[in-house]
Amino acid sequence: MRMRAGAGLRAAMAAAVLAMAGLAMPGTATAKTVRWSASGDPNTLDPHSQNVGTVTMVLQQIYDPLIKRNPDLSIAPGLATEWRQEEPTRWRFLLRPGVRFHEGEAMTAEDVAFSIQRALQPTSNFGIFVDTIDRAVVVDERTVDIVLKRPDPILPNKLASIFIMSKAWSERHNATRPQNTRAREEMHTVRNANGTGAFRLAAREPDVRTTMTRNEAWWGWGIEGNSGNVTEIVFRPIASDATRIAALLSGEVDFVLDPPLQDLNRLRQAPGVKVLEGPEVRTLFLAFDVNRDELLYSDVKGKNPFKDLRVRQALYQAIDIQAIHRTTMRGQSVVTGTLFPEQVNGYVKAEDVRLPFDANRARALLAEAGYPQGFAVTLDCSNNRYINDEQICQNIAAMWSRVGVRTSVKAQPLAPFFAQIQRDDTSVYMLGWGVPTLDALYSFQSLVATRNGDQGDGIWNYGRYSNPRMDALIQRMKAETGEARQAAITEALRLYREDVPHIPLHHQMIPWAMRSNIQIPHLANNQPYFRWAVVQ
Amino acid sequence: MLAFVISRILQAIPVMLAVALISFAMFAYVGDPVSIMLGQDFTEAQRQALIRDLGLDQPFFVQFATFIGNAVQGEFGLSYRLSRPVAELIAERAPATLELAFCAAAVALLVGVPMGVYTGLYRNSWLSRAFLTFSLVGVSLPTFLIGILLILIFSVWLGWLPSFGRGDTVQLGWWSTGFLTVSGLKALILPSVTLGLFQLTLIMRLVRAEMLEVLRTDYIKFARARGLANRAVHFGHALKNTLVPVITIAGLQLGGIIAFAIVTETVFQWPGMGLLFIQSVGAADIPVMAAYLLLIALVFVVINLVVDLLYYFVDPRLRAGFGAARGGH
Repeated sequence: MRMRAGAGLRAAMAAAVLAMAGLAMPGTATAKTVRWSASGDPNTLDPHSQNVGTVTMVLQQIYDPLIKRNPDLSIAPGLATEWRQEEPTRWRFLLRPGVRFHEGEAMTAEDVAFSIQRALQPTSNFGIFVDTIDRAVVVDERTVDIVLKRPDPILPNKLASIFIMSKAWSERHNATRPQNTRAREEMHTVRNANGTGAFRLAAREPDVRTTMTRNEAWWGWGIEGNSGNVTEIVFRPIASDATRIAALLSGEVDFVLDPPLQDLNRLRQAPGVKVLEGPEVRTLFLAFDVNRDELLYSDVKGKNPFKDLRVRQALYQAIDIQAIHRTTMRGQSVVTGTLFPEQVNGYVKAEDVRLPFDANRARALLAEAGYPQGFAVTLDCSNNRYINDEQICQNIAAMWSRVGVRTSVKAQPLAPFFAQIQRDDTSVYMLGWGVPTLDALYSFQSLVATRNGDQGDGIWNYGRYSNPRMDALIQRMKAETGEARQAAITEALRLYREDVPHIPLHHQMIPWAMRSNIQIPHLANNQPYFRWAVVQ
Repeated sequence: MLAFVISRILQAIPVMLAVALISFAMFAYVGDPVSIMLGQDFTEAQRQALIRDLGLDQPFFVQFATFIGNAVQGEFGLSYRLSRPVAELIAERAPATLELAFCAAAVALLVGVPMGVYTGLYRNSWLSRAFLTFSLVGVSLPTFLIGILLILIFSVWLGWLPSFGRGDTVQLGWWSTGFLTVSGLKALILPSVTLGLFQLTLIMRLVRAEMLEVLRTDYIKFARARGLANRAVHFGHALKNTLVPVITIAGLQLGGIIAFAIVTETVFQWPGMGLLFIQSVGAADIPVMAAYLLLIALVFVVINLVVDLLYYFVDPRLRAGFGAARGGH
């Protein structure tokens, strides 16, 4: 395990600096410190590299986007104070004056254009948020134009996920593009950050500790609603569920983002600890292989039962979702009959209706479709990705077996599970889908569009569902605005109900656990915003 | 002596290659790093580009040969998960694991050997029976359960000791140590006991059995007949002659402690190599897993070598054999 001398020395020096910073911290502990834990640590601090919740939850404390979100997830001015659509394919953003990065650089239009171009690089995982952008153009120091390839009615929603970084800083540290996997060297942005946000990065030890201190110069403190009093955030990941909860109970940790469900009752009764519950924008559903002529994992030979609408309906009606809601989820789920929850733009209450649970009807439909004796099939599931994912699949397998569809569950950790279904190597699988853009198009496009090689279309449609009517509606969602667009979404939601490409199950509820003296709004994107947190 | 060391090192090479080959072959089943790195949104073109970048489109043996070629030069590439050089990551985590393993081994030896001697000498005392009962608990309870029980008692109920992490560490060159701060030392207690408990009971039972065996031998009877004090008989003659198997087992167990610190490190969020390995498995981070497994194989090889050399000092018969071979008379 020999290292090159230079790298070793650099690592030692960096670690020494981090350790000293870490040692200096306890002195300020009398201030309003929040010690926060979750199971996973951010893999990188690069703002445009990995689009996952564990990375964003730390980055959004440090970086600001042009457009921010309110606690109800509606959009509000961020680094841009105003924006308007000048032409169908040109938006103009006016920037907030007087904003500085943590290392002192003034934030200008150059930085904004640079950041958007950076997110457009092929090594960025944020492509979905900038997929319609052709380029960003600097008009003057306070004005940026974004030129689109095609009209995009939800551009502001998407830009709420693109963080703005300093062009000069990135160039100085040779980090003008997100991490390239071919590189042999670590990039500066993996462990360093320089944003404009409410907190600045003070120390970072991956997988051990990330310390952020309050940025008193943040532009947002004067704005109504940003009334948090936290002066320091110490994030310490704890992978083991039991240990994480023990640390909360023993007072070593103040805030736990992901408490395990089986511990919630105990936490509610523990003195000095409270549980805050709220919905998450994540919908669990089952999807069928409706493409192959013969299923890979079934005893039906020569035909694919899932191509028959009656079979899909039968399996839908065989599921007693209320039982899953009551027992497996212990009441912590929102049962649904549609593709996304009400926080998502385009949601229609009237289309959120399930086919009723009716085992007799299910048996009748199966007999009608030519399977009076049922058949056997394998249900693919993850066992560490969603709340109680494996138990949910076991319940469903039992319910299906009761109507004659003998179901075996193949539950795997997320790495092999996703690898398998991404080869379309499945007959029926369970997936949980979050909607970071908070717009209907994202779900329809990824999950039920025909896979055609276009950015985003059908990339998570592993059952290869394909319906020209659905595709046409999705094209309309991409191009139209206002009522015409909502009409397309509503019609697509109806088609989704009638055609049963999926069996929707429920939206996850996400509990947060914390010490009683902390007040923080619960957000449906499962992100704690400590700028709004008050410690008493 | 030198010839002996060299022959052992030569024997180690095929072992290391076999470990590398087996671990590399297993990676085909841990999942697809590409799907994890791409996240939720990507195009097929991006996917193909990434597969090419990582060299995953090459045939298995080409990938393996590249890996070995780089590994020989100490180059393990960049972690897929953390985008940092693997060698640097492991060097950063090694002190935590080694300090924990050292403390666990110290607990096991310093408590296990005296307990073994005591139970060997006073077979029927109530304390011996208590030790033996306790040792059954240590052998039969799984590590993670012991860890969680200790956390429950000493962190949640009593609030004496931290439930996770290393406390504050001090940087000595590239080595980060927890031995120099109060919080660092407090943080070491629960994980060391958890990790060392199994070894402790094993060593205690081994020493006890060996003591019982040795105390029956003729030379002990002669030593007593010569009127030597109990103390000299027990420790000078009996204990010393039980040490050969104890050294073997303790040495091999030290390798085991380092390798299987994985569970303890996960329970206590101990930022060592085991925790790094577990997190890498979750993300199908092949470069880190491969480097870690090779390192563990190396640790076992080295420990075996050291144990063999220790025999040489403890057992005069071996020394005579080597001396004869070398001197030729």
